Amino acid sequence: MRWSEGEWHGWGRALRAHGRLARPEKRADLAAILHDMPCPAIGNARSYGDACLNGDGAAIRMTRLDRVSDFDPETGELTAEAGVTLGALLRLFAPRGWMPPVLPGTGAVTLGGAIANDVHGKNHHGAGSFGQHVTWLRLLGADGVAREVRPGSDLFRATVGGLGQTGVILDVGLRLAPCPGQAVQVRESRIAGLDTFLDRLGESRATYCVGWIDATARGAGLGRGILEEAEIAAGAPPPVSPRAPATVPFDAPGALLSAPVVRAFNAAYLSRVPADGRDRQRALPEFFFPLDRISAWNRLYGRRGFHQFQCVLPHGSDARLRELLEDVAASKLASPLAVLKRLGDGRAGDLSFPMAGWTLALDLRNRPEAAELIDRLEARVVASGGRVYLAKDALAAPERVARMYPALSQWADAVRQADPDGVFATDLVRRLRLREASE
Amino acid sequence: MTETWIILGATSAMARAFARALADRGAGLVLAARDLDEAEQQARDLRLRGAGFARAVAFDARRPEGFAALFENLGEGPVNAAVFAGAMPDQSAIDADPALIAAVCETNFTGPARVLSLLAPRIEAQGTGVIVGVGSVAGDRGRLGNYVYGASKAAFATYLSGLRNRLARRGGHVMTVKPGFVDTAMTWGLGGMFLVASPEAVAAAILKGVEARRNVIYVPGFWRAIMAIIRAIPEPIFKKLKI
Repeated sequence: MRWSEGEWHGWGRALRAHGRLARPEKRADLAAILHDMPCPAIGNARSYGDACLNGDGAAIRMTRLDRVSDFDPETGELTAEAGVTLGALLRLFAPRGWMPPVLPGTGAVTLGGAIANDVHGKNHHGAGSFGQHVTWLRLLGADGVAREVRPGSDLFRATVGGLGQTGVILDVGLRLAPCPGQAVQVRESRIAGLDTFLDRLGESRATYCVGWIDATARGAGLGRGILEEAEIAAGAPPPVSPRAPATVPFDAPGALLSAPVVRAFNAAYLSRVPADGRDRQRALPEFFFPLDRISAWNRLYGRRGFHQFQCVLPHGSDARLRELLEDVAASKLASPLAVLKRLGDGRAGDLSFPMAGWTLALDLRNRPEAAELIDRLEARVVASGGRVYLAKDALAAPERVARMYPALSQWADAVRQADPDGVFATDLVRRLRLREASE
Repeated sequence: MTETWIILGATSAMARAFARALADRGAGLVLAARDLDEAEQQARDLRLRGAGFARAVAFDARRPEGFAALFENLGEGPVNAAVFAGAMPDQSAIDADPALIAAVCETNFTGPARVLSLLAPRIEAQGTGVIVGVGSVAGDRGRLGNYVYGASKAAFATYLSGLRNRLARRGGHVMTVKPGFVDTAMTWGLGGMFLVASPEAVAAAILKGVEARRNVIYVPGFWRAIMAIIRAIPEPIFKKLKI
């Protein structure tokens, strides 16, 4: 097994690691790596910060172990290797009437990555988190032994959302959800401001629900944006396939996402939707994976990359959310990507991100002012009893994260037991001292 | 009546992508590989992707006694074959142990050629059928870095050329594929790679070439021009180059 030596990074590109990467194509090769030189597994490196980094160390890229191995067309029970992407599963099973029950904004996420970060989708208020649909998983431990791990055990709770710290996820049992059609019927509404947005998100009965926010707007327009409510269109054939995704061939200059450009872009984006809204039918991947419409779009932020800040605030902290958005708008650092969603309380692991409330995600170009802004935002999040999403995080401090994740010490106990020597530790886990937590 | 494909070296990344493309259109697949567990894992994947059937068969290009098993239970449709089997030890390892030369030739040339020679009468009898042989641009000229590997691939290409000549008279077709750098375990971590193609792109190019009944394809296509230049360099100059 050859290692590739070099630099790699997560999707945000602001943090980088230098080290060795293996990419086994056979199960026997993976077993040999864990025997000779155990190290953390990563998926497609679509987490944003350092969750997928192991600087001056090694990591195993799981993307070539991507086979589906069993499927029951009556119940939707699927068994697959951890390296398969959710986009590939959607492509493969939607025509047969089944789909992954939870889909994040990119289809490039692997099954293993979706579990290790217990990801959520536009249907979290109804369907819960990804890990809640996992029926079992096979975990290769630090001792090289494969174990079947099932819901209800401490090891399962430590593995789901557990950032790869309990071992290498090899095979996964997943309950797919019925997919009654090949298109999504989307209702787009223009929303004038934050209060209306929260009302509409709270009232919506739609299965899929997501808000885009113009994070540059201030005053009366604060929190204005577009609400998308959607259902799978039963029996619908796939709409005429959208164009192949465009790509960004090189790092863009910094001026591309300067404040006036973003303001103008957002205003234009908002006005695409007529004042009384519109209904559209869209292809499944086009609706579920908006982040994949332009491939390599992370290069738009230039060589120094960007940070994504994503937090959840519990219900009852609407005023806090307003302060957060005011701070963002005043900073003039916002990019066009700003998303507001309602989350339910569904979560499957000790370190799962979701809690019932509002989640806000923002992309911010990597520069000192952005780090300062994020620091202020985090302080507000902690004060409101919310938390930041570790899959996105690059900047948080250990003390704050410990306050955000009350089950952290329980998780750390299970992890220390599963991996006493810390062979699966990553940059994020070291930065946030997650394994050291105790009562 | 669906087509059947025997795939030698079925667990390689390129073969995997090719098999998935064939499963999409319902082909029956015989997956011949040394690592039988791995081939069985892959067979399950291909069945779920629509393969008419998918069967794993233990195959070692250096053990001819196992070759006959490849031809059992092949289904009703016309039988085709694709050869992806290959090994590329470091040239320095070969220099240290010249016995490896025979092993490289068995894996890359004589083993696959024996299988294809067993298949040839069947294709002649069918009056149809395709053989895809994956060689390498390394076979186009002996270079410092991998000339034993290159020699075995050149021999295989010459064999394929002759087999093409033979089978074309009876309705069969042989296509030689010369991939440049492809993003597989064979190139992972090697320095000096450029314009690396994905296994899926190579698989798509192979199917397109088969459709058009091409004789020799380079994938990606620009390698034809690159290799034309490399072949055109006069030997007195070439022997001083390190490319």
